[in-house]
Amino acid sequence: MSGAPKITLATAWLDGCSGCHMSFLDLDERLIELAEKVTIVYSPIVDTKELPAGTDVGILEGSVSTEEDLHKARMFRERCKFLISLGDCAVSGNVPSMRNTYDLDDVFDRAFIENAQAQPQRPSESLPTLLDTAIPIHHAVAVDLFVQGCPPPADAIWFVLTELLAGRTPDPTQVTRFGA
Amino acid sequence: MNLHELQVVAAEANAKANAQKRCVRVCMAASCQSSGAGGVLKGLKSLASSDADHDVCVKGVGCMGLCSAGPLVRVSSADDTPDRLYQHVQEKDAKELFASVDDGPVERLACSTDLPFFTRQKRIVLENSGEIDPEQIDDYIAAGGYEPLVRAVTEMAPYDVLRNVTESGLRGRGGGGYPAGLKWTTVARSPEPDKYVICNADEGDPGAFMDRAVLESDPHRVLEGMALAAYAVGAQYGYIYIRAEYPLAVERLEKAIKQATKRGLLGHHICDTPFSFEVEIRLGAGAFVCGEETALIASIEGQRGQPNPRPPYPADEGLWGCPTLINNVETLANIPAIMREGGEWFRSIGTESSAGTKVFALAGRITHTGLIEVPMGITLREIIEEIGGGIPEGRKFKAVQTGGPSGGCLPEEHLDMPVDYDTLRSAGSIMGSGGMIVMDETSSMVEVARYFMEFCMTESCGKCVPCRAGTAQMYELLDKIATSTGTPADLQLLEQLCEVVQACSLCGLGQTAPNPVLSTLRYFRHEYGEKLRPDPLLQPVAAERNGK
Amino acid sequence: MARHPATPAAAPKVRVVTLKIDGHDIGAREDETILNAANDNGIRIPTLCYLEGLSEWGACRMCVVEVAGSPKLMTACSTRVAEGMEVTTNSDRLQRYRRTILELLFAERNHICSVCVSNGHCELQSLARACGMDHVRVPYRNAAYAVDSSHDLFRIDQNRCILCTRCVRVCDEIEGAHTWDVMGRGVDSQVITDLNQPWGQSTSCTGCSKCVQVCPTGALVKKGTAAGEMEKQGGFLPYLTEMRGNR
Repeated sequence: MSGAPKITLATAWLDGCSGCHMSFLDLDERLIELAEKVTIVYSPIVDTKELPAGTDVGILEGSVSTEEDLHKARMFRERCKFLISLGDCAVSGNVPSMRNTYDLDDVFDRAFIENAQAQPQRPSESLPTLLDTAIPIHHAVAVDLFVQGCPPPADAIWFVLTELLAGRTPDPTQVTRFGA
Repeated sequence: MNLHELQVVAAEANAKANAQKRCVRVCMAASCQSSGAGGVLKGLKSLASSDADHDVCVKGVGCMGLCSAGPLVRVSSADDTPDRLYQHVQEKDAKELFASVDDGPVERLACSTDLPFFTRQKRIVLENSGEIDPEQIDDYIAAGGYEPLVRAVTEMAPYDVLRNVTESGLRGRGGGGYPAGLKWTTVARSPEPDKYVICNADEGDPGAFMDRAVLESDPHRVLEGMALAAYAVGAQYGYIYIRAEYPLAVERLEKAIKQATKRGLLGHHICDTPFSFEVEIRLGAGAFVCGEETALIASIEGQRGQPNPRPPYPADEGLWGCPTLINNVETLANIPAIMREGGEWFRSIGTESSAGTKVFALAGRITHTGLIEVPMGITLREIIEEIGGGIPEGRKFKAVQTGGPSGGCLPEEHLDMPVDYDTLRSAGSIMGSGGMIVMDETSSMVEVARYFMEFCMTESCGKCVPCRAGTAQMYELLDKIATSTGTPADLQLLEQLCEVVQACSLCGLGQTAPNPVLSTLRYFRHEYGEKLRPDPLLQPVAAERNGK
Repeated sequence: MARHPATPAAAPKVRVVTLKIDGHDIGAREDETILNAANDNGIRIPTLCYLEGLSEWGACRMCVVEVAGSPKLMTACSTRVAEGMEVTTNSDRLQRYRRTILELLFAERNHICSVCVSNGHCELQSLARACGMDHVRVPYRNAAYAVDSSHDLFRIDQNRCILCTRCVRVCDEIEGAHTWDVMGRGVDSQVITDLNQPWGQSTSCTGCSKCVQVCPTGALVKKGTAAGEMEKQGGFLPYLTEMRGNR
């Protein structure tokens, strides 16, 4: 494969627990093999601060729960040629969406007042505005591939990436499922 | 009661009517009653009873049709003076109207009977509507009622009744348009000893009131139709499943059943023959889905009103597992006339594929709203522009909705289409049970679709997934589009849901719930398009995925 | 209304008919359903409300199949075979419809697998995978439904209920208690115990747990189970019906 131009890859986590990124890191020694074919241009695990336009593959973990998430999701869609929803939060809303049946005020009170160990108060600054409901990525922007799992096993992520690198469109339901 | 006795009753009643100098008829159907007809009738009756000559007959009758002009009063005379129709009559007008019998017409309240609304109709089902007192069996008998039944049970074999109905080409008036003769034959052929006849009076389409009007105006006609059906198929018991929201119709039906049973025209050994037929009324509790035959049967059995997969069809396995004939009110109300005049006569009315007439409830943005009966094959334009008097306030016609929540909206270019089962279906609507709602240029077709979807969503019984969850989702999508927050992707999803709900739902409610959406999309797609908010990031991604 | 039992008792003089399912020539008794005939021949048709040993319900619509000559789709669980019938069980169109039905179910109530006691042992979850339903296009409805933990041993979480009514049927047809029923309509429908009294106060419930064992999702569960721990033991049902049928 040497000589062939490397594929550019970007990842981000929105409203999620970072477990999907952990699962990605669980690729372990396969990360080295991946690094030969892929350049990670933007991710919580690299230093770049700007997502370059024309990135080949974008991977989003987590649901869209805040204005910032929405902004990031739209940016990924605009700047990535192929967008993957990674994990149940991204695909279905999952745990972050369990707040959706409650009133936002009640959610804030529960999180910052009822459950506070010290200084029970509503945060007023420097937090992104919560959306009324947490939604899957594809309800905010179009998504090309859905990889379920909470988190998707490293093997599933490997399968998806290697299939894509081989120029095929993988069917992730063969290797993972909701709640896996 | 035998034929001779029946004819004596008819002759006496007619002689009594002819002895009166004038007859004043007050429409006492639900619509006119709600605008004060009760007081008018009371006033006229007390004037008649205190009148020295006692030669004016005042009676409450069924629906005269032109509901928008109610309360309606018609004054007719024994001589050949033409009838006078009065509109918007109030209690205070009673004296003046009563005096008009001798003093000449009250021009102030006059309503022309030359209107195409009256002259263009062809009345079979409604022939006694507005003529007879629905609470007097003798009035019905005097108009020739029950003679077909008495003749059938005393002079004909069940097969002859069946043959007449088959020959008539009558199709189910509840909406489906299934040939009545075929349905009857299936039930008749079954060797099972116990069979049932059910009259489906669970009319629930928004804006539809045909069955209510028939039951309120001429209840005996429906009972006679049921008895004839029972005789033809070999049933001994009948149920009328009627919604509880029709108290007046229920009251008149109850009276009619009592009167007919007393005269030996229902009950044990009708006309002293071995044929017995008992009718019971069952009240619906307000679920639209109970108009679906399997749900209706479940409801009569005391179960939750939910449909069951067909087959088995009720004609094979219906009420309590027995062969059951279910027909709609209007279908059954056609039977006495078919038996009286013959199947060939009926077939000669209407079109090749759709024989007879159809009752429509005209509503919406139209000058004359009310109840009409027209021969099949008449064009929508004739109904709307001539009979209905066109669109009021100089506005432009936009669409006509037929078939209620199961039907569709047809635009101007389809107005010259003949009204029959097959043409309407091919245009994306259905005949339905007879609701006809006219819309003008101010109506938003997206909102019309949303309205009907909301109706289906709230009336879905919840049994099958596509209808239960699908109508709720389609409603949300329509609401998004109607409030200009929907994207092209939402419209695409809506269309995909329409296909699945239509193809996969268990009963007619779900299978037809997408029709209002599909027909408005077919003819008014631009109205949807104007409301969409494009979002390039939500557009479905191009198929080629090579840029990895 | 008298419904057909799912497994018809042996009746005299039952004819055998031949039909085609997905191109295979198949012989079946004329009182069998398409679903039974397909199952007997190793052709799998997805089902959800159907359960061998209970009456047919025809509500989930997962088992819809195409029958040549019929403009309408038929549910394999409730349609009898017929001579010369040609059935297609897995066309692209049917697969698409089934995925949409699953999407509608997942969006209707809370079917978040990761935190569900039935995770890994759920029929809805496995069907989603088997049918390739990898994401839900329709908006999630986010409606909250009640949880009733009043019973000593069991819990009903309406948020996970798909209204298949297996609990209602097993309780009525097998246990004979008819504790369960359905109330409401449309998306507000829910299964109830004893005219909507708390389950723990039910005077008709025998505590047999049949409803729990036949529930395909995490709606009816044993108390004290954590995520993924609730495994259903549905094997009793075919056994019971067979033993009773033999009597």
